[in-house]
Amino acid sequence: MATRVGVITFPGSLDDRDAQRAVRIAGAEPVALWHGSHDLEGVDALILPGGFSYGDYLRCGAIASLSPIMTEVVAAANSGMPVLGICNGFQMLTEAHLLEGGLIRNDHGSFICRDQVLRVENTDTSWTRDFEAGENITIPLKNGEGGFIASDETLDRLEGEGRVVFRYVDVNPNGSLRDIAGISNERGNVVGLMPHPEHAVEPGFGPDTDVAMRSGVDGLAFFTSVIERTLASV
Amino acid sequence: MTTIIVETMPKAELLDPQGKAVAGALARLGTSTFASVRIGKRFEIVVDGPVDDAVLAEVRTVAEEILSNSVIEDVVGIHVVEAAV
Amino acid sequence: MTTTPSTPTVPVLDTVENAAATPEKEQPYAALGLKPDEYQSIRDILGRRPTSGELAMYSVMWSEHCSYKSSKNYLRQFGQKVSPAMKKNLMVGMGENAGVVDVGEGWAVTFKIESHNHPSYIEPFQGAATGVGGIVRDIISMGARPVAVMDALRFGAIDHPDTARVVHGVVSGISFYGNCLGLPNIGGETWFDSVYQANPLVNALAVGVLRHEDLHLANARGVGNKVVLFGARTGGDGIGGASILASDTFAEGGPTKRPAVQVGDPFAEKVLIECCLELYRGELVEGIQDLGAAGISCATSELASNGDGGMHITLDNVLLRDPSLNAEEILMSESQERMMAVVHPDKLEGFLAVTSKWDVETSVLGEVTDTGRLIIEWQGGVIVDVDPRTVAVDGPVYDRPVAYPTWIDALQADSASALPRSSDGPALRAQLLQLMGSANLADASWITSQYDKYVLGNTALSYPDDAGMVRVDEESGLGFSVATDANGRYCQLDPRQGARLALAEAYRNVAASGAVPVAISDCLNFGSPENPEVMWQFSEAVTGLADGCLELEIPVTGGNVSFYNQTGDVPIHPTPVVAVLGVIDDVARRIPSGWQDEGHNIYLLGTTREELDGSAWADVVHGHLGGLPPQVDLAGEKRLGELLRAAAVEGLIDSAHDLSDGGLGVALSESVLRFGLGARVWLGDIIERDGIDAATALFSESAGRVIVTVPREDDVKFRGLCDGRDYPVLRIGVTDAELGALEVQDAFSVSIDELRTTNRAPLADAFGPVVGY
Repeated sequence: MATRVGVITFPGSLDDRDAQRAVRIAGAEPVALWHGSHDLEGVDALILPGGFSYGDYLRCGAIASLSPIMTEVVAAANSGMPVLGICNGFQMLTEAHLLEGGLIRNDHGSFICRDQVLRVENTDTSWTRDFEAGENITIPLKNGEGGFIASDETLDRLEGEGRVVFRYVDVNPNGSLRDIAGISNERGNVVGLMPHPEHAVEPGFGPDTDVAMRSGVDGLAFFTSVIERTLASV
Repeated sequence: MTTIIVETMPKAELLDPQGKAVAGALARLGTSTFASVRIGKRFEIVVDGPVDDAVLAEVRTVAEEILSNSVIEDVVGIHVVEAAV
Repeated sequence: MTTTPSTPTVPVLDTVENAAATPEKEQPYAALGLKPDEYQSIRDILGRRPTSGELAMYSVMWSEHCSYKSSKNYLRQFGQKVSPAMKKNLMVGMGENAGVVDVGEGWAVTFKIESHNHPSYIEPFQGAATGVGGIVRDIISMGARPVAVMDALRFGAIDHPDTARVVHGVVSGISFYGNCLGLPNIGGETWFDSVYQANPLVNALAVGVLRHEDLHLANARGVGNKVVLFGARTGGDGIGGASILASDTFAEGGPTKRPAVQVGDPFAEKVLIECCLELYRGELVEGIQDLGAAGISCATSELASNGDGGMHITLDNVLLRDPSLNAEEILMSESQERMMAVVHPDKLEGFLAVTSKWDVETSVLGEVTDTGRLIIEWQGGVIVDVDPRTVAVDGPVYDRPVAYPTWIDALQADSASALPRSSDGPALRAQLLQLMGSANLADASWITSQYDKYVLGNTALSYPDDAGMVRVDEESGLGFSVATDANGRYCQLDPRQGARLALAEAYRNVAASGAVPVAISDCLNFGSPENPEVMWQFSEAVTGLADGCLELEIPVTGGNVSFYNQTGDVPIHPTPVVAVLGVIDDVARRIPSGWQDEGHNIYLLGTTREELDGSAWADVVHGHLGGLPPQVDLAGEKRLGELLRAAAVEGLIDSAHDLSDGGLGVALSESVLRFGLGARVWLGDIIERDGIDAATALFSESAGRVIVTVPREDDVKFRGLCDGRDYPVLRIGVTDAELGALEVQDAFSVSIDELRTTNRAPLADAFGPVVGY
């Protein structure tokens, strides 16, 4: 049976259908979930997609993190289900205290869309086991409020425990402290990052590479990783 | 009806890019009087009934748990500004 | 504050009855922009004076912006100069919210470009943001899912102190609204010229896709069907004009002055998009009309005019954000993110279930009738009773005076051919760098990097490629391509030719991307129609465009006219922005605007003439504008388009870049920069064949030209294709990965780094750094 990955749509979610497509391309079955429901429909893993939920008017991801379905998301995350928060989803996970730190407006003040190089710092999470440790990958980044911040103590702990999963390479596009692009929880089942792996899964529609334009598919390993992870746990 | 004002600010030790941008603009416009600018939020909460300690306590909870994110922001003020006529 | 004891003035409700009883009451029609004879014809139509509510409706609907009263006579050409071939794939033509084109496989594409110029000068951020919001709602009202946006922008001189304010505001407004809606921004164009100093142009384009069976038209059919307003609440946005009426109706104690700008809420619009699509999917609506300019006045009168002819609504049912609004203000409010639907009574419950699922506020205003009257009640009285067609359709039409500009002969006589041209290598190099470092040819990444180009996952081409391209069908790869163009300098020299050149270039851009051009939307930006010389420019441009479309056999499907673009009495250069839509069977065969592979041959298609009048070279190097713009051979453009398509289908070319502003020199530089791969080029053969000098070869802006790269193994086939189609072709160079430069043999060499640094500098210097540059 194919791995079933739920993608939750909140009012203002934008990359939800793209996350579903990425799940499908990776060989799993995407399941569309609705923020207002309390039913995870028996999925094996969860994705909180990018967007501007509720316009991000209070704080990014803040109102969405109070949605009905988040009760089940928190419970599932605490029981070990793989959860990936992308961009606005990452912001929701910090607002829901499933991940530490917070995300603030980019230091340069503007929205930025670019092909971003990341270094994979931890391949021991549910979403990164198909990467090589230390590997550089290129996936799109697009956000206005992607500056990762936390207290020095928290940052030290995240680094000490190997919970910094991705770091920006060459360019820090938003002023994130210690170049942090993505982190995980202690168990490694919950991962959040600002860049968008779901936009680098299909040749022709990803970032440019040295070989051909828009041929970058470095994001695919996120989704294949979780398939292996859930199959392994059966 | 009474209005309760809740004010939140980005934590003092953290970068406030919006405030920084405004400070930069003021400097560019030739104003040298101001040392820095920080930008916070002001919420106006209207209460239908009387404001007693219980209501204020509820406002404080909401301010700390929903209106602000304690990781990056502080609640710096809660005050009742406008009593009903 | 002191309170003066006085009896509160109870305003008399200006009902139809009251209007009939008080024929002599003076009305502020002039302040609302109506001319005395227009006011008189409203009185004639009604057989009495209009109520203040009716006056509000007529004044906004008869404005230039809504009624096209100065342009209608000319725009008819787009409907008249049409061949059967142009109608073949057209599902919905001009006159609806947006045109719809059959793109095959059961899919249709709808697109439209529209101006939001004046609001974007007053408040650049909100002006531009709501411009995006408005055009997207047009797309939704056709039953389509919006899938991409694009914008054509014109700002004042890049170094003028006010330009940065407008640029920052407009770009962040588009970025904020478009990104938050989740629509990829796939391209557009930006120009800086002092003629746009106090009058920037913000032309926003949106594209939507739909299955044929999902097509909806906005009309109020079916007597008894409910008229429902949903989306954002109605507030006092954009009704500066209505306060005149308010102060007239309410002698004192009336509402305070209302703001003239609208504020956009992209989150509300995103929710509205999903809500409308779910309503269409569930077959819960007969039609949906967006509320834009003139708000409820426009929506009710247009829906009724396009349907069974009558409507009866109660204005008290409109949900208000500001309860102090009066009836006239509600009728005129331009609050954003609102839609009006016509719903069968049996489906109302299902309709409300969907809107409540999306937390979209909804109120039933009234119903469709067949009385031929639009009747609006307010506070128990009838305040509007009109034939809706007199409001929405049969407005005034003007045949404004036209005059051949007194200055144009002298301007055309002042040709750039008299300007000094050098054949000296270092001088040509310096001029090329001057062009690459000029505002209008500069790298626009400062702008485009603030736009999300990835969302929805179907973007196949975007800036800096010649056209934006989006996949429509994930299985087959079917897609569309769009490009916009307008060269105001050419249009100033000769508006007819300038419009044809804009059409030719947008057409060529789409063809260069590998798609087949199929339809056009245009946004015609001009000065005041009350200036006879501007009317002449307008008439020339429209005629040039309509003739051009007939020649190319692609229809104009919609667009808009924006007049009164001027600083003081000085009109902008005529700027007819032409957007061309193309179709491609499989986006996998798309062609980028630069080369990525070593050792491929570079070919120049087309002939180079000495055409430097109005060119970027004349502007940047010599500060000159005069002469006659380049010739246009639209039949030739068509052959070129077919040639490119055939080459793309056979996979013979792996890059194609159209030659326009800055000519061959700039096109080569841009192609080198696209993927950072150098090239060796020789000009000798062009100079010899076309009988021109080196500067002309590099900087002439002759139309009908494209550079392409061809892998060596396809060389013979490609040349055969060109010969077979009788299109001029010349091998002018070869791509070179080792060189790290653009080398023009026997003349000069410029390193890629220098080209890039020079090209990136203008926008970064003026507006700030780009992340990672």
